[in-house]
Amino acid sequence: MSYTQLALMAVPVAILFDLFITRRRMILRRAFWTSYAIILPFQLLTNWWLTSREIVMYRGEFITGIRIASAPIEDLLFGFALILGVISLWIFWGARGVQQERGKTLE
Amino acid sequence: MLKFGYLAMITFTILGSFWLEIFLKVGVLRRIKRALLSILPVASIFIIWDLYAISRGHWHFDAEQILGIFGFGGIPLEEFLFFTVVPLAAIMTIEAVGVVKRKNEKWKFGDER
Repeated sequence: MSYTQLALMAVPVAILFDLFITRRRMILRRAFWTSYAIILPFQLLTNWWLTSREIVMYRGEFITGIRIASAPIEDLLFGFALILGVISLWIFWGARGVQQERGKTLE
Repeated sequence: MLKFGYLAMITFTILGSFWLEIFLKVGVLRRIKRALLSILPVASIFIIWDLYAISRGHWHFDAEQILGIFGFGGIPLEEFLFFTVVPLAAIMTIEAVGVVKRKNEKWKFGDER
């Protein structure tokens, strides 16, 4: 499979994981999307660093060739799936009472 | 210095997120067991993906810009750090959003008591 195919598969897998395995439905919450909006510019910046300096290189035949901030667009799908998966599982453990205690919430 | 190219990105991610521990007291490092339970299963899948991608030649790394320490399957050390540090940063981010927004009834985080 190409990177494009795997990246396109990873996003629905992460969404199904969130909806039906952890059942935290983060994908429907503004808390998740706000976090993603904060993370995304940092992802673009770090992707740019890794790809523009050719620290990581991609073979053309496995990607669409569409690039955003020098990185293959597939990286955004990859990053989204990683972040959704981890956040959904983090919230899952919290809901199960695993180290749920938080710091002070601001007024 | 060149060999710290990838590591610089990891360091930047740590600096860009860990300050939330100090200034917003997100308390993610204090809850390291929960963090590891969240990161390890997901990161494992992505490392399998990484393994496959490297073996098929989807992507490769500039030998000059990594430390040159490799784990199983020829995965550079930086990749293992990436799959630990980036998820930690993501968790710290949503916890930081929580510190600011949990008092607002409209913001449900999915793990409310």
